[in-house]
Amino acid sequence: MCPYSLLITRYSLLMETRKTMNTGTCIECGAALNVPADVMMGEILPCADCGVELEVTHLTPLAVELAPQEMEDWGE
Amino acid sequence: MNIGILCSRVRVEEKLLFEAFEQIGVPTTRIDERTIAAQIGSYLPEVDVLFERSISASAGLVALQLFEAAGIPTVNTHHTSETCADKIRTSIALARAGVPQPRTEIALSAEAAFESIERLGYPVVIKPPVGSWGRLLARINDRDAAEAVLEHKEVLGGVNHQIFYIQEFIAKPGRDIRAFVIGTDCICAIYRTSPHWITNTARGGVATNCSVTDEIADVCRQAALAVSGGQGGLLALDLFEAPDGGLLVCEVNHTMEFRNSITTTGVNIPERMARYVVEAAERRAVAL
Repeated sequence: MCPYSLLITRYSLLMETRKTMNTGTCIECGAALNVPADVMMGEILPCADCGVELEVTHLTPLAVELAPQEMEDWGE
Repeated sequence: MNIGILCSRVRVEEKLLFEAFEQIGVPTTRIDERTIAAQIGSYLPEVDVLFERSISASAGLVALQLFEAAGIPTVNTHHTSETCADKIRTSIALARAGVPQPRTEIALSAEAAFESIERLGYPVVIKPPVGSWGRLLARINDRDAAEAVLEHKEVLGGVNHQIFYIQEFIAKPGRDIRAFVIGTDCICAIYRTSPHWITNTARGGVATNCSVTDEIADVCRQAALAVSGGQGGLLALDLFEAPDGGLLVCEVNHTMEFRNSITTTGVNIPERMARYVVEAAERRAVAL
């Protein structure tokens, strides 16, 4: 494989990795999630389609669970 | 130096705080309270200070006890957080220090609560002693409403709703003041304006800048000292402008939210908070 092809392959892999890191699927309705580039563990991602709140439980690959419901002692 | 930041749900505020520590070059360790299982007497967290940012008041208070028992300095301290997390404790601390607040009564039964309401005069506001974001507040305008709300709380509410925290209703000028305190200094403030009597930004109140007057700074200092045993802390105060022109302290929050107040005030609140936490850790290091 020529160096240029290697470069293209590496670039494609890199883009694929980034895509994997920044995409996810709603576990409730299956819609694609809008994941910010600086997403953190514990961050809440609302699903734009069904409105459910999802908590980020793993970053690479991205994994989400249904976020805990608001409790009486939550707040500031 | 390593700053432990206790949180489970990462709000906008926590992201901004992590960024603030990064910008001032101080490493942080995120501690999810759901992962804590501490052996009493031998729990040794590997951080220099615990910055408590839990969305759960109960979990935050327990974690603060565990870390303080292990000799780790905390922000806010357990004493401060315990005082602020419970409106009854807050009111007692403010009263002890002579800090102005709405007239408040605590009743331990629905019957006693009815007597308190009649004594305070309508309208009154009933609040859960532990709660935030304007949740489960009830403005009671007349005797019919009082009877209904008290019966509902008595029959449907859990044990925490059998303790009645009742305040006179303050006729605010369509807004209240949210003041941010670092240590004992009020660094900035916003007005929260709403046509609704609940003005929390979590409930739709609109934020605009509020200049910190000498009176605001003074009442903030008094309140911060009162709830913290004289140490100060990272606190957000809700202030009412009373019809007579004075300021009343409505509540003091110990894990403050500030997302709507950075641009509004022009003050980098998370950076000021981060520097305060670092100073707390440094004070601890000097003491050792």
